[in-house]
Amino acid sequence: MTGQPWRLENGGHIDRSCSLSFAFDGKIMEGHPGDTLASALLANGTHLVGRSFKYHRPRGIFSAGVEEPNALVELRTGNRQEPNSLATTTELFDGLEASSQNRWPNLRFDFSQANGALSRFLPAGFYYKTFMWPANLWLTYEHFIRKAAGMGIASRESDPDRYESRSAHCDVLVVGGGPAGLTAAMTAAEIGERVIVLEQAPHFGGWLRREKRTIDGSPAMDWVDAVSTRLSAMADVRVLTRTSAFGYYDHNMITAVERVQDHVPKSDPFLPRQRLWSIRAKRVVLATGAVEQPIAFPENDRPGVMLAGAARTYINEYGVLPGRMAVLQTNNDNAYRSAIDLLDAGARVTAVLDVRDHVDGHLPNQVRDRGVPILQGYGVVETKGYFAIRQVLARPLVGGPVRRYDCDLLCVSGGWAPQVHLHSQSGGKVVFDAEKGCFLPSEARQNCVSIGSAAGLFTLKDCLKGANGDDVPEQAIKPTWSLPNAPGRHGKRFVDFQDDVTAEDVALAHREGYVSVEHLKRYTTLGMGTDQGKTSNVIGLAIMAKLKGQNIPAVGTTKFRPPYTAVSMGAMAGRAVGHHFQPLRRSPMDNWHHDNGCKWVDAGLWRRPHFYTRPGEDVNSAALREGRTVRAGVGIVDVSTLGKIDIQGPDAAELLNRIYVNGWKKLAVGKARYGVMLREDGMAYDDGTTSRLSENHFIMTTTTANAGPVLAKLEYYLQAVWPELRVQVACVTDQYAAIAVAGPKSRDVMQRLIDLDISNDAFPFMAAAPCCFAGIAGARLFRISFSGELAYEINVPADYGQAAWNALLETGREDGVGVYGIEAMSAFRIEKGHVAGPEINGQTTIGDLGLGGLQSEQKHNIGKSLAIREGLIDPARPAVVGLVPVDGKTWIKAGAQLVENPDAPPPVAMLGHVTSIAYSGELNHPIALALLSGGKERAGEELYAAFPLRNEAVRVRVVSPHFVDPDGERMRV
Amino acid sequence: MLLIKCPWCGERDMVEFTHGGDATKVYPKDPNATTSEEWHDFIYLRENPCGEHVEYWHHVAGCRQWLKVRRDTTTHDILTTAPADGDLDT
Ligand SMILES: [Zn+2]
Repeated sequence: MTGQPWRLENGGHIDRSCSLSFAFDGKIMEGHPGDTLASALLANGTHLVGRSFKYHRPRGIFSAGVEEPNALVELRTGNRQEPNSLATTTELFDGLEASSQNRWPNLRFDFSQANGALSRFLPAGFYYKTFMWPANLWLTYEHFIRKAAGMGIASRESDPDRYESRSAHCDVLVVGGGPAGLTAAMTAAEIGERVIVLEQAPHFGGWLRREKRTIDGSPAMDWVDAVSTRLSAMADVRVLTRTSAFGYYDHNMITAVERVQDHVPKSDPFLPRQRLWSIRAKRVVLATGAVEQPIAFPENDRPGVMLAGAARTYINEYGVLPGRMAVLQTNNDNAYRSAIDLLDAGARVTAVLDVRDHVDGHLPNQVRDRGVPILQGYGVVETKGYFAIRQVLARPLVGGPVRRYDCDLLCVSGGWAPQVHLHSQSGGKVVFDAEKGCFLPSEARQNCVSIGSAAGLFTLKDCLKGANGDDVPEQAIKPTWSLPNAPGRHGKRFVDFQDDVTAEDVALAHREGYVSVEHLKRYTTLGMGTDQGKTSNVIGLAIMAKLKGQNIPAVGTTKFRPPYTAVSMGAMAGRAVGHHFQPLRRSPMDNWHHDNGCKWVDAGLWRRPHFYTRPGEDVNSAALREGRTVRAGVGIVDVSTLGKIDIQGPDAAELLNRIYVNGWKKLAVGKARYGVMLREDGMAYDDGTTSRLSENHFIMTTTTANAGPVLAKLEYYLQAVWPELRVQVACVTDQYAAIAVAGPKSRDVMQRLIDLDISNDAFPFMAAAPCCFAGIAGARLFRISFSGELAYEINVPADYGQAAWNALLETGREDGVGVYGIEAMSAFRIEKGHVAGPEINGQTTIGDLGLGGLQSEQKHNIGKSLAIREGLIDPARPAVVGLVPVDGKTWIKAGAQLVENPDAPPPVAMLGHVTSIAYSGELNHPIALALLSGGKERAGEELYAAFPLRNEAVRVRVVSPHFVDPDGERMRV
Repeated sequence: MLLIKCPWCGERDMVEFTHGGDATKVYPKDPNATTSEEWHDFIYLRENPCGEHVEYWHHVAGCRQWLKVRRDTTTHDILTTAPADGDLDT
């Protein structure tokens, strides 16, 4: 054990028979199973673990738990490197690599330690003030500040580990596996409740692991082992260790993160690294314990200054002596347990400084009897030592001579703060108890109760039921938050170690008027670190209260917010990473597109073929080739993503009449019709063709983007507004594959595959019929055209989509059938002047879109009344027009602003903007659609399409948006 | 994370629902006899109450029914629910 000079011969819940090797800042050390990184470092004599955030002061291990403000380290390397990990909760494993943070080039020689001398430039509110100074000054400082600040370095590689999330329900959720939590869990389990118990540590027991206590005359851990073993064996009880409840949300939902494999050297690929639990509980029992509070005395941040409870934790839980010569500063009896445990472990306690004037309690007297001087009414005024504490200077609080005590450990205790975080998050109130000197949970807002130390009940008698602990009477605590400097001295009194906030910063904030605790927090950054101010918030607001001449309840506390302890991004994301970030919707012909060189484009959750590549082609040349195949012969395109809504019932036509601007009652069975629907405020919403398959049966199509919203709207109107309509709607988008077949030869190809006569007479433009297609029953044929060519759309049951696609390619081979993607399809619609998403943008009316003639005057429909508001029928409104480049070749940029003179001094009047662009294969030049004030009245005018971001302005001529076949003759042949 | 009682499915997590806005605004029964002021009120004017509010929710990832919910905006308590065309218990 020579390698661990501070390891005790006996005691602690560690396995001395096994040694684990680990590295800290490259130095190899040893520890034992059961150690944390912090306890192993202390066993090796390492107190110094990091530099502080702002002043780069050397800092040591301060606590033994989640409240740790100092010992933040980077764990592991490469793609598992993780900053800001707490050494005090990180379980040691063989091969663990850790390194200190906020230092350069190394911990002992830090280049920025001189910043300590610059600290007058880094006062409270530094960032706010700097931002408020002239901006160029901030730019000067930013580089310096960014380098000096910062909290460790995260890996830039992707996380190789897997995380998962789980939901659970229970009757009783117990948060905390100490004496109170175990007792509550057993009480609930014994009456048959479904119980979940969460313990953030690797083992149950809480403070019973950390002190030498007895229950019913036996070591307290015997009781813990018996109860937790019994609980684990019960059928309706789930016990989870290494699981931190970090959030308490509405309706008794608690979130917790289970660290499944953080503590293992080599992860099991079949287990997640961490698991995020969402637990909905009928009743929640908060047995979250309490965290010891320090006292802010001058120079209180040296390595070797440690919470008193942490000192005895290292002795009792980990078998490590945190110091050989200790001084204790306290305001309560409880901390004397640390003096006793230090003495028992062979350390010297050179003095106990107690702020109380008369100390005569059971525990202090034990210490006094062992020859330790107890200085009543004393406080620390200064400490000596740089990388480690070596001397404490103390003085009577009422004034008097300074005494010096050599030491290598200064234990501090300012009493205990019940962990009311979850109670507060749940909406419960907290009240300050002046006698106990802490905030206690009061009125709960949800079905939860706080017990044990979390409720300020610190004795075993308060926690146990049917068992007896070894409580001893204690004298009252004397609430104390800070101790003054000696006259003429200005030692920094750190309140928040992690954020380097001092008592003087709080005073400065007070002087500058930041007197509300919420403002104090943000101005000074007090409590805004990863420790959420567990050892600093109360002190900070107590100091503020004193400065304001108020008591603590009058000042109040800041709201506690999740997370209680830091949670990794991986656990939050769970499985929703990479391809699983969001679902990918694939058409039934997705594989074929992939195998045939398609380039994809995202359309909501769908991916759609953008175009199919051939060697040497880019998107424009590929789309041009695909388009020419259609115009010259026949092409097919996958349109399965369009929304399809099945509408059935005697009032189906009436529903459509109320939804669409045009009329539907007279639509014959076997006919399709183009329809446009409005929003309630009168703006155009969505369009598509809807076909009447039988008297009471319609099939509606929507745009890909609006398939979901339109269905939800229909459901809303049917359920909430017109429940009297006898109509049912259902989404059938995924039930059908849809293929558009377009081009002058499309009829020839289709006729060979279909059991209907589809001659122009038998199956004219806008006909619709059920059919058998390529042997596939249950198909539907529509003679509709998006391309402007003679065209059909065939729908087949989704599972037969690929068969239908194959049949078309096979049968159409002799006609030179080609496939096309949505780039070519988009060019067709722009050539035809069909509006789509860029034009139906939520700010346009059907009049703006050139579709005003569709509005039926015979009936009401959604949005009709508001569409005729003055401002929406103003002739100066931007309306859809076509644009061509005057030079016949320059591309017009989508989004470009239309102006009369791009070189005019600003502000330049904007007449409209370019919405959609394409290269017309038919016209052999670029074309565009635009929304232009005055619309077609401006036909023939020349304007500029200005794109100032690229300093471009294209001279364009306003034309009709119907570039090709304006009368629609081709699709009617 | 609210727990919302769907009248058809029982208590379900809010992730299954989408919020549908103010349910005190009812689409005019006779749109042709509705004045501009009434339309304006229906489309644009919304209270932002501190306390009880009646709102639509859509059980979109469940039974796809719309429901009326009386919720306390200060506490998030779901006080009562009903079908979209039904009446909420007071
Ligand atoms: Zn439901």
